[in-house]
Amino acid sequence: MPMLKDRDQERQKVFTRRALLLGGAQLGMVGALLGRLYYLQVVEADRYRVLADDNRINIRLLPPPRGEIVDRFGMPLAINEKNYRVVIVREQAGNVPATLERLGRLIDLPEREVRRVMREMKRKRAFVPITARENLTWEEVSRVEVNAPDLPGIAIEVGLTRFYPYSETLAHVLGYVAAVSESELTGDPLLELPDFRIGKNGVERTYDEYLRGKAGTSQVEVNALGRVIRELSREDGTPGRRIEITLDMELQRYAMERIGEESASAVILDVHNGDVLALASTPGFDPNAFNRGLTPKEWEELISNERGPLTNKAIAGQYAPGSTYKMVVALAALDAGVTTPNQRVFCPGHMELGDSRFHCWKRHGHGHMDMRDAMKQSCDVYFYEMAKRLGINRIAAMSERLGLGQTLGFDLPGERSGLIPSREWKQARLGKSWHQGETLIAGIGQGYVLTTPLQLAVMTARLVNGGIAVKPHLIRREAGDGLGALGSNLVPDSGFPSMGISAEHLRIVRESMAAVTNEQGGTAYRARITEPGMEMGGKTGTAQVRRITMAERLAGVKKNEDLPWKFRDHALFVGYAPVNMPRYCCAVIVEHGGGGSAVAAPIARDLLLETQRRDPARGRPLAALPRREG
Amino acid sequence: MSFGLFNNRDMTLGQKLLQMNWMLILLLIVICTVGFAMLYSAANGNWQPWAVRQMMRFSAALGLMVIIALIDVRFWMRWAYVIYLGALALLVVVEVAGDIGMGAQRWIDLGVIQLQPSEVMKVALILGLARYFHGVGHEETARPLMLLLPIAMIGAPALLVLKQPDLGTAGMLIMAGTALLFLAGVRIWKFLLVGGIGLACIPIAWGLLREYQKNRILTFLNPENDPLGAGYHIIQSQIALGSGGVFGKGFLQGSQSHLQFLPEKQTDFIFTMLAEEFGLAGATGLIGLYVLVICYGFAIALRARSQFARLLALGLTVNFFLYFFINIAMVTGLMPVVGIPLPLISYGGTALLTLMIGFGLLMGVYIHRDLRIGRSGIDED
Repeated sequence: MPMLKDRDQERQKVFTRRALLLGGAQLGMVGALLGRLYYLQVVEADRYRVLADDNRINIRLLPPPRGEIVDRFGMPLAINEKNYRVVIVREQAGNVPATLERLGRLIDLPEREVRRVMREMKRKRAFVPITARENLTWEEVSRVEVNAPDLPGIAIEVGLTRFYPYSETLAHVLGYVAAVSESELTGDPLLELPDFRIGKNGVERTYDEYLRGKAGTSQVEVNALGRVIRELSREDGTPGRRIEITLDMELQRYAMERIGEESASAVILDVHNGDVLALASTPGFDPNAFNRGLTPKEWEELISNERGPLTNKAIAGQYAPGSTYKMVVALAALDAGVTTPNQRVFCPGHMELGDSRFHCWKRHGHGHMDMRDAMKQSCDVYFYEMAKRLGINRIAAMSERLGLGQTLGFDLPGERSGLIPSREWKQARLGKSWHQGETLIAGIGQGYVLTTPLQLAVMTARLVNGGIAVKPHLIRREAGDGLGALGSNLVPDSGFPSMGISAEHLRIVRESMAAVTNEQGGTAYRARITEPGMEMGGKTGTAQVRRITMAERLAGVKKNEDLPWKFRDHALFVGYAPVNMPRYCCAVIVEHGGGGSAVAAPIARDLLLETQRRDPARGRPLAALPRREG
Repeated sequence: MSFGLFNNRDMTLGQKLLQMNWMLILLLIVICTVGFAMLYSAANGNWQPWAVRQMMRFSAALGLMVIIALIDVRFWMRWAYVIYLGALALLVVVEVAGDIGMGAQRWIDLGVIQLQPSEVMKVALILGLARYFHGVGHEETARPLMLLLPIAMIGAPALLVLKQPDLGTAGMLIMAGTALLFLAGVRIWKFLLVGGIGLACIPIAWGLLREYQKNRILTFLNPENDPLGAGYHIIQSQIALGSGGVFGKGFLQGSQSHLQFLPEKQTDFIFTMLAEEFGLAGATGLIGLYVLVICYGFAIALRARSQFARLLALGLTVNFFLYFFINIAMVTGLMPVVGIPLPLISYGGTALLTLMIGFGLLMGVYIHRDLRIGRSGIDED
């Protein structure tokens, strides 16, 4: 059948032609595939390699251990303790409730925690460990470890947690660390770690940057679900810096115990270099509780306590200085030349000014008083007279030279400035003009005048250290290389500047303070130090909290003890020792404690005595001290 | 005239076995072995769960292929329409079963394997069309009326599959069918005309697509639109490919694949894993192997003496080409993700079986290459 053959040949020809066309098209398409592969795998390879690594590599932060805080003798005050916590991994545990139940028989695991774990389980991936409980004791750790075969998916992890071995004794100085709050996030990823703690108060807050250190990083390979497959590289961070503070821990503890249950504070300073040896404020609180996290009940108790355990009274408590202010007035009077040391003022028990009568604490008067006697017996009328001669602004000027009415750049957050009134201040603040009567009241440290215990200690130091404007600080220069920038109150290389007050006038005031404690009839004579070479000088003060009305005065002033606690007087004392060659000073305020001589002076005596006993340089010549005569 | 399966006037069974294209078989074994290695890698260096099962399937399918190769081509020609209609019936069955409430069901459970009628149709359509055009002379193909039946033969299964919905397979059926029409000698201007009308119909077709199909196409056009959702697969696939570079990350070392960033790495995206672990070199090597298979297909088709055998051989070759081209094009981001596996390598039974049956037919064509067949299927000579 030739026809058929011909026809088939024709078809074959068409087929062959078209097959080749199709083959060509297919080759072209394969070429497109190869071109695409070339583009992806050669041209864009680097970009995709980066993307693949971004996919696979996660950078995890390794939190650095926080720097320790030690006292001037190297005693550890804030340390990092191992925190053993028990974690559970869902995918390994299988039956989580049953495992938790078995765990609950070995360690204390409250029902509330079990519920929290179950809640977190639902939100997190199966391989993420969830903390069941923290702060396990050694005994609990071993109990869990021994029973490990029965506890699938349970593991013990070790972390570091801040611990304050002295707890309440140092709470106000060191502050505490706690979980980072939203407003504190700076973009530093370290702060976003769930377990990270930040300094919230005290030294922990001021020097947080130094204590924190630098985070290390660990590069880990993760899969698409975020599970860590392996660690690729690790770069250890820098641990936080150790900070040595000027405090003497033993003295601090002694001070806290000595002021005891009172709502009180005490500051002990080195008068020459401004080292703070003790900074006590009672009642305290447990800083470890903040690290752990307070329960709402604990928090409620802390803030509702009328004795203010959370306030560092030594720097943030503002009190009328009472008679401790009389040194300022005396010095101002000498400086201004409105009196001489020997000029006498007659005290009949009160002073008349216009229609008002200003009373002396001694109802029947002291009689003729010169400066030394007035200080020794704390005669109010003498200082009314001095104040009247000076006027408020000259008193204010002297106050400021002595460090009052201003913040001192101290190392702790929350430092208050107190208040030294002046004509301009009253006009600006209250919109009223100044009355002379108010000058008289200010002359005995009452009225508007407010000071903090730290300011009173600094004032005392400046009075007795030869006239240099010392500033208080908490950081030791020797340990604080690089900290100088922040510890701005450290003794400058050139020493603190002079206040420019006559050394003779300072000597007169200092000697009159010595008379207060060391001469019969002095208000603090009974609280004197009798150890030879350790005697102290000082000044008592009793600050009224409320105004005594004329009606009360007529009816007979109530005794302090008969008043409710909140209305009793504050007891104050500022002192220095040794009396002949001042080295230390101390300010004590007992809130609503009663009289300065009866309550505050004995405390100050004990503190100054203990301070001198603990002085490692005792018996050595004083030439070694950084001292500069003004 | 005999309707026996293996008896042939010219060749004994032994002669036929000798005539088999052993090089092609070796080539298929090599490609499948690459597949086993990739399945081993996909399971993070384990033979379970994929590699061993795939090996067993391949062994069985290889045996089936040899048996099919030995069957006389005329047998297939006689039964071509029956096979086509049977496959069409199966497609209707799954469609009905799907409507009854099995959801988007695409297979029939035969116990041993799950039979996907759409896969069977890929071979059956080529058989049916080859049979049809065998009986139509060159001049007759010029008559538009003669094209109605083949277009219906392509269109019916394509619509059924599209309704399943399986865009990829429907596309493959249409493309393979079109290729056959082209090879049979349908005038080229008609293709251009239909192509033009087809382009004009795209907006209408768009409305017929299901939401997820639209999403796939939109995502293909711009994967970065939805990097964690629909675009995730494409982006991660391209990252894996690109990061493989020229020589790859090494066997079992593909971070994208082994850290589970790559989806479906044992099935549709297995090429990506290969290209990540063996780089451009490995990918080109595999494509080279595929091209070799295609070349064998062309050689067999051009060598055949009957129109049926030629069309069958080249139709199957085109089908195989479409498999790997669409799969690689979709994992490299040249085409939307349509769910076409990589032939002989992706894990999965039905596709492997269909492909091996196809190669069996191809080899049958080779063995019986010198047979001349009359227009109605009666021996000539």
